[in-house]
Order: sequence, then C-alpha cells, then structure tokens
Amino acid sequence: MLYFRQVWTIAAKDLRSELRTKEALNASLSFALVILLLFSFAFDPTAEMTREISGGLLWLVFAFAGALLLNRSFARELENDCLDVLVTSPVPASALLLGKVLANWVLLLGIEAVCLPVFGVFYNADWARQPWWLALVMLLATWGVTVIGTMFSALTVNLRLRELMLPMLVYPMLIPCLMAAMQLTTALVAGQAPEGDQLAWLRMLAGFDIIFTALSVALVETVLIG
Amino acid sequence: MTALAVENVWKYYGDFPALRGIHFEAARGACVALLGRNGAGKTTLLRILAGLSKPSRGAVRVLGQDCLSEEARRGTGMLGHGIGIYDELSAYENLRLFAALYGLPDAHRAAMEWLERTGLERVRDGLVREFSRGMRQRLAVARAFLHSPALLLLDEPFTALDDRAIALLQGLLRESLAAGATIVMSTHQLREALELATHVALIVKGKLAHAGERTAAMVDDPGYLYREYGEA
Repeated sequence: MLYFRQVWTIAAKDLRSELRTKEALNASLSFALVILLLFSFAFDPTAEMTREISGGLLWLVFAFAGALLLNRSFARELENDCLDVLVTSPVPASALLLGKVLANWVLLLGIEAVCLPVFGVFYNADWARQPWWLALVMLLATWGVTVIGTMFSALTVNLRLRELMLPMLVYPMLIPCLMAAMQLTTALVAGQAPEGDQLAWLRMLAGFDIIFTALSVALVETVLIG
Repeated sequence: MTALAVENVWKYYGDFPALRGIHFEAARGACVALLGRNGAGKTTLLRILAGLSKPSRGAVRVLGQDCLSEEARRGTGMLGHGIGIYDELSAYENLRLFAALYGLPDAHRAAMEWLERTGLERVRDGLVREFSRGMRQRLAVARAFLHSPALLLLDEPFTALDDRAIALLQGLLRESLAAGATIVMSTHQLREALELATHVALIVKGKLAHAGERTAAMVDDPGYLYREYGEA
C-alpha cells in the first residue's frame, strides 16, 4: 500500500510542477499542433488519403511531442540536486520510475485529447467512429511510449546531449508499439472495429506494455545508482 | 552500538582508485568530521554512504543494514551541495512531499512543525523560486532533519550558509547528537567542524590517513592534522 502511495506522491509532484510551469507541456502541445497544421497545408489530403495516413500521422506526431515531454521528466530533478535527494529517500527506484511514468502518461494523453479534435477539423475526418476502441489503443500505446521514454530519460539524464540522445535511443525501441498503434488507429478512424489481424496487433500492444514495464521496473535501480 | 560501519571500501572511476580501502566505524551519538583536501575522496565516500553510488569493493552498513536497504535509507538524512528542494513548489508542499516519501504518519503536522522551527511559517505557501537564498537554505535544513534521521550525512554543510542558517544548523546538529544521532560531516571549515566533532577522519588521496577521537590539540590548532600528514 505504501508503495502505491509513494508512486502517487511522485506522480502528483510531477503533475503539479508541470502544470505550474507548463515548460514541457507548452512546447509539446505547440509542436504537435503545428505539425498537424503544416501537414494539412502541405498535402491537402483527400478523405481517402486521410483514412490511409491517419494512424501514421497521429502517432508520429504523438511520439515526437512525447519526446519533448519526456526529456524534462528526469532533467527537472537535476535542479538543486533533487534527484540525489529522491534516490537517497526510502522510495524504491521502481516507485520513482512508475510515478514519473504515470505523470507523463496523463500529460501525453492530455496532449492527444487536444490533438484529436484538431486533426478532425484540419483533415475533415470523423475520428470518433469507434471511440472506445480508439481510447483503449491510445491508453495502451501511450503507456508504451511513456514507460520507455521515461526509462531512457533516467538513462540519459546526466548526458550533455540528452535532448538528442533520448529520441535516438527511444524511437528504435518503440517501433513495435508505434506500428501496432498506427495499424489499429488507421482502421479505427476508418470505422472498422478490430478483428482478426487487428486483434493480434492489440494483443501485441498489451504484451509490449507488460514486458517493457516489467523490464524498466527491474532495471531502473541499476540505471539510477549504477 | 555501531551506527555506521564502512568496511574496506574501494571506488574506481575507470582505472583510477578514488577510494582505497576505507575502513572505519561510528557509534551512535558520534560526530565524525571527514577532512581532506579537494579531490581527496570525501564527496565520493559520502555519496557511497548515502546510497547514491555503489562501492567497487567493500560494504557499508547503516544501523546494521546494507546502506542501499530501505531501512537504512529511512534512517539517513543528507544535506549536500544542492539544496534538494523544488523551486516550483511552495515551502509547505516541499516539506509535505518529503514527509510523505519518508512515510511519516502525519505529513501535514511534520511539515508545519518544521516550517515553524525554521521560521518559514509566514511564507509557507510562497513558491521556493521566490525565496531569498537564506530562506532556501533554511528550508533545505528542514528537509534534511524532517524525518529525525539516525544518520546525518553533511557535505560542506556550512558553505554558503548565512549567519541565521549556520546558527540553526549548529543548534539542530547539537540536538541530534544529544538524541543519539550519528553525524558524518565533510568540510573545509575546520574550526566549525572540530567544535562539534567527537571523531576525526582524514582522507589523503583516497586513503584513510587518520581516524580517531578529536583531541584538544586539534581544536586549538585546526591545521595540525594536515601538517602531520604532509597535507599543509
């Protein structure tokens, strides 16, 4: 019980800090909206083209916007040596990681919730034809993005080029998660409920989340203490 | 009873041995002044004692437990070079956060008590980024003492503190010692450290050159140990 309270305490602290400064949130949301806008002007997509690219476009935007958000996750702990104080506290490293993942997950889901209606307007797409399935895919894929991104944020926190290193390390790891999310989102925006191959993608997404959450929880202490 | 046992600790950075076979013990109620020139290995040792870094060889036991264990961390407080508080949170939110992380039964009460003790209760809801340097330092002191640690690790605790914060810290350190806490304090400010210390450990180039009780001669002439070991 104490473990989950510690996870929540860390998550609440990160959310409060971010909502007060809005440093990463503003950068990430602006970036996502600008990319959506620029793509709509650059390609002037037809309804057919929108259906085909919707999953790829949305998840590339979310993944890039997510990197901006995730970069700050551990970097904000460097100010005043707060990371040292957290690591020396009795909070297990895994609770620290999960708290941060939870905060990033909520923030990234918020950005996605703003981007979807904007996508609908710019691309003239009815994206909410399978709202519950789409919500499930967003929840699962966003967890995958944030758990890996937060873990690598911890790994790169002391590097001078961490803003560059984080995306370089994270995107290759995210390929299975993003592929599944893109396939499923494309089908759901087209109004198709998942069946057959689509369900296999969904299972893969859930499996990806479980495996990488377990790996991150197991390895984070080594990453933070060495 | 031994509160801290450092057993043959070595630390390598690549091939460079930053610490070479450090071995000492500190009893409850002892205050160890950890002395040494810049680069001697004091901060490296303190980081290992705090569980921020693992020794390459050897072991550290805090209150009879491995220093990385949850029990050892719960009983350890650290005041390092950074103040370890969040600028974008208020003074109260900072103390409440750390009280919750240390599992104190009444986090609100602990935070309010320490705000009062450090004279910050009037600005409890002010964001730390708007605080003066002295106020931030007092808040950092409150954060380190909040959970009544049995082992206090202090890295240059008096550096950059204003008069009020120095007086507050010295008072709290004396109070902690009287209550049976153990203090390990790395410092270049020999006079302040030796006034408080019961024991002295001198590190020279990663090796423990001297470990023993503080003597009157050391208080009278703080540079004595450095000269004795060719570090003057």
